[in-house]
Amino acid sequence: MDYEKESLRAKRRGRVRRVITYVLLSIWALIVLFPFYWMLLTSVKSYSAYNAEYIPSFFTLSPTLQNYVDAFTTVNLARYFANTVIFALATTAIMMVVIIFAAYAFARLDFPGRDLVFGLFLSLMMIPAELVVITNFVTITNWGMRNTFWGLILPSVTSVFYIYLLKENFEQIPEELYKAAKVDGTSDLKYLFKVMLPISQPTVVTIVILKVIECWNSYVWPRLITDDEAYFLVSNGIQEIRENGFGRENIPAMMAAVVVISVPLIVLFLIFRKKIMAGVSRGGTKG
Amino acid sequence: MKVVLDHLTKRFPSRSKKGEDVIAVNDFTFEIPDGQLIGLLGPSGCGKSTTLNLICGLEAPTEGRIFFGEEDVTHLPPENRGVGLVFQNYALYPHMTVLQNILFPLQNLKGEARPSKEDMLRRAEEAARLVQIDMLLDRKPSELSGGQQQRVAIARALVKTPRVLLLDEPLSNLDARLRLQTREEIRRIQRETGVTTIFVTHDQEEAMSISDLIIVMKDGVLHQIGKPQTVYDEPCNLFVATFLGTPQINLFEGRVEKGTLYIGRDAVLQVDCPDREKLTVGIRPEGFVLQEDGPLCCTLQAVEVMGRDHSVVSTHPAARSAVIRSIIPSEETPQGKPDTVRFRLKPFKTHLFDAETGARVPFTAV
Amino acid sequence: MQKKNWKAWLYLLPAIAFLGVFMVYPLIDVFVYSFEEGYNSASQTFWGTGLYNYSYVLHDPYFLQAVKNTFILVIITVPVSTGLALLISLGLNSIRRLRDFFQTVFFLPYVTNTLAVGMVFMILFKKTPYSDGLINLLIQFFGGRPVDFIDGPYWAKILVMCIYTVWVVMPFKILILTSALASVPQDYYNAARVDGTPPLRIFTRITLPMIAPMVFYLVITGFIGAFKAYSDEVAIFGTNLNAAGMNTIVGYVYDMLYGDSGGYPSYASAAALILFAIVLTITVINLMISCKSTQF
Repeated sequence: MDYEKESLRAKRRGRVRRVITYVLLSIWALIVLFPFYWMLLTSVKSYSAYNAEYIPSFFTLSPTLQNYVDAFTTVNLARYFANTVIFALATTAIMMVVIIFAAYAFARLDFPGRDLVFGLFLSLMMIPAELVVITNFVTITNWGMRNTFWGLILPSVTSVFYIYLLKENFEQIPEELYKAAKVDGTSDLKYLFKVMLPISQPTVVTIVILKVIECWNSYVWPRLITDDEAYFLVSNGIQEIRENGFGRENIPAMMAAVVVISVPLIVLFLIFRKKIMAGVSRGGTKG
Repeated sequence: MKVVLDHLTKRFPSRSKKGEDVIAVNDFTFEIPDGQLIGLLGPSGCGKSTTLNLICGLEAPTEGRIFFGEEDVTHLPPENRGVGLVFQNYALYPHMTVLQNILFPLQNLKGEARPSKEDMLRRAEEAARLVQIDMLLDRKPSELSGGQQQRVAIARALVKTPRVLLLDEPLSNLDARLRLQTREEIRRIQRETGVTTIFVTHDQEEAMSISDLIIVMKDGVLHQIGKPQTVYDEPCNLFVATFLGTPQINLFEGRVEKGTLYIGRDAVLQVDCPDREKLTVGIRPEGFVLQEDGPLCCTLQAVEVMGRDHSVVSTHPAARSAVIRSIIPSEETPQGKPDTVRFRLKPFKTHLFDAETGARVPFTAV
Repeated sequence: MQKKNWKAWLYLLPAIAFLGVFMVYPLIDVFVYSFEEGYNSASQTFWGTGLYNYSYVLHDPYFLQAVKNTFILVIITVPVSTGLALLISLGLNSIRRLRDFFQTVFFLPYVTNTLAVGMVFMILFKKTPYSDGLINLLIQFFGGRPVDFIDGPYWAKILVMCIYTVWVVMPFKILILTSALASVPQDYYNAARVDGTPPLRIFTRITLPMIAPMVFYLVITGFIGAFKAYSDEVAIFGTNLNAAGMNTIVGYVYDMLYGDSGGYPSYASAAALILFAIVLTITVINLMISCKSTQF
C-alpha cells in the first residue's frame, strides 16, 4: 500500500467534505435569514415603488421610513405594542411569584402529602392547552373579563413545567445552607429571598426570558378573549392589519409593522443568546 | 514490534492569539524494544497522553518521525498502523453487547484482511478468554463492573492482534483493590500475547511494579528511560529522584569540601568528588540508619508506627523541607537524648545533584 | 410542626388555585360539555346527554378536511424536519469556524413571532395581479409554471404550509440535536478511528445509536406539535381557514368555539377530545417503539 498517497487522498476527501458542509450550512442560513431580509427590504420600499415592481428587486436605492410612520398612524400599532408589553410583564411577574412559592414549598418544606401533590402537578403537564381552553373561554366570559387585561393574564400565570424546573434547581442547594440559616435564626421567607433565589438566579432569568418570549408570541388565547381593538396584542394586531388595516395591498406598511413587532425579541435574543439557547435546550431535554 | 521515536515534537497553537505555542512533546528520541511492557510516567499534564496519541496516530507530530520496526509510520492514519488503544474511561459503546464491542474492530476490516464470520467470532471469543470475560459476552457494558469493562476494552484492543498495544491511564478509574489485581492482569496478558505494550500513568508505584522499562517525562521533556530499579537507584536528575518513591526522597543543602560531604555542619560521608560550594543532597527514607554516634544529627519530632516499619519524623536546619522522613525497621528505636536522633547514611541511597541544574553529580563513597 | 404545614399550603395556595380553576376544572368540564347535546351557550341549557356531539363532529366535512390536512402536515413535516435538522447538526458539529454564528442564525426563527414571519412567507409565495411573487419568479426562471400558492390548488397550499412549518420547527430540533451530538464523548470517535471505521459506519453504528433517545424525543414532540398546528396556518392563509380549505383540527376547535361559526362549545369539546385521543395513541405507539430500540 502506498501510504503517502493514501494519506494525501484522505486529506483531500476531508477538504471536500468541509466545503460541502459549509455550503450546506450557508444555504440553510440563507433560507433562515432571507425572510428577515425581505421584510426589512419591503418595509423601506415606498408603496408606489413596491406595487410597480413586477419583478421584485433585491435592494432599493430610495429607502423610505414612510411605511413606519403609516404603521403607527393608520393602525394603532403603538397600542398593540404597549398592550403586549403590559401583558408580557404582568403575566411574567405574577407567574414568577406563584411558581417561586410553589417550588419553594415543594423543594424545601416538609409537609404531609407533598409528594402526592407534586405528582398530581406533574401529571397536569401532559394536558394539552387545547383541551382546557374551551372551558377557560367560557369561564372568563362568564366572569365578564372579556376584553380586560385580567382576562388575558389570569389563565397563563401558572406553569407546572417552570415549577418543576425551579424546584429541581432549589433542591440542588445543599441542605447545610438551610440548616446554617436556621441556626442563625433566619426566617424561611428571608432564606428564600436572600439565599435560594440569588443562588438560582440563572434558572430564574432563563424562565423569565422564556416566559416573555411565550407571551410576546401568544396568539390563540388573546384572539379568543379580545375583540376590542383596544386590547389587541401584537399577534392579533398583525392579523387584524392583514385582514382589515391599510387596505389589503399596502404590503410595505404591513412589513413595517412586522419589523416593529419582531425587533424586540430579536434584540432580546441577541443579548441573552447563550442563556436562551441553554434554557430552551434544558427545557427541551427535561420536559 | 520495536517502536522508535526520532526527535518527535508536538506543538499546539496557543489558545490566546499572542501567546506562544504550547509544546506538549519536546524532541523525544527513544527506542522501545520488542515485546516489552513500558510505563510512560509523569505528573498530570506533562504530555504523556499526547505522546500516546502520536504513537497511535490520532495526532500528527509537528516534527520528527515514528517507526514501528523498520517501517516509518509517521504519516500513516491510525487504522493502518496496527495499534490497539485502551481509553482511560474505556470508551465501550454502550448500545452494543460485550461481544459486539469486541467484534466491532474486526467488522471494520476490508478486503482480504476481513476474516470470515466464524473466524471473527472465534477471534473475539479467544480475546475474551484471554482477558477472562468469556462468560459475559451477552451483557451490556452498563451491566459490568469497572474492572470487567477494563477487560472488555483490552479485549477489543487485542482482537485485531495489534503490533503495539497502548493503554491510557488504564487503572485510574478503578478502586484501590481492583487496581492491584488489574495491574497484575495487564502484566499477565502482556506476557501471554508478547505484544509490545505502552501504558501511561501518573502513579509511579503502578509504573514501577509491572513495567520492564519506565520512561519518566515532565513538561513534554523526556527525563529518563530505563529499568524501574535502575531509574530508582540512579535517578538522572532531581525531578526523577523526587517523582519516584514514597515517601518522597529527603532533600538537603550540602557541600563537598576536601572529600567530605557536609549537610549543614554535619560531615556525613567521605566521597571522591571534587569540591563544590553548593549541592542538593537527596537521601531516600530507607537510606537512614539509626546510630547513636551517627554523623547526621536531627531533632526528633515523632515516631509513626506503621507495623512493619517505623517512620521517624525529624527536622534538620539544612533540610529543604519542613520535616525529614526516614523509614527504619520496627525493632529499632531512637536512643540517646530524648529529642535528638542521629543517623548514619547508606551511600547508595544518597544522591547528589547540582544545586542549579538539578543534574546528577556522580560520586563514590570512600 | 403544625404551623409549618399550614405555611406550606399557604405557599402552594396560588398555584393550586390557578391550576384548579384553569386546568383541573376545565379538564373535567370538557368531558361534560362533550356529552351534553344541544348545549346553548346563551341560555346555558342542553336537552340531553349522549354521543351526538362526537357523531356530529365526525360527520362534519370541515372536520374531516381538518383531520386530513393535519395528518398530511404531520406525516410530511416530522420526518423532513427531523432529517434535515440531523443533517444540519452533523454539519454544525464538524466545523469550528463560524459555528457560533451559524448556531445563532439557525435559532432565530424560534424567537420570532410566527404570525409576523408567516406574513413574509405569504408575500413570497403569493401571486397577485401586480406581481407573481418571488417564488413564482424563481420557478419561472427555472422553466416552471407559476402557481398561486396561497389561493391556488390544494397541493400548492399544503406545500407552503409544510415549508413554513419546517422553517418554524427547525431551530428547536437543531439545538437539541447539536447538543446531543456534542455530548457523545470524543473517545468513541477516537476508538473508531483507531479501528479504521469508515465515516458512514461511524454514523450508523456509533453516532446514531448514541443520540437515538434524543431523536425519538424529537419525533414524539414533533408529532405532538404538528398535530396541534394552528397559528402557522393562520399566519399564511388568514383566520378563515375553513374557507381556504386549510383548517387544522385545533383550528376547527377554535372555530367551533368562537368567531363567525362559533358558539358551539360542545362540538369544540368533542373535537378537542378526539384530537387528544389521536395524539395520545400516537405518542404511546412512539414511546413503545423508542423503548424497544434505545435500551442500553
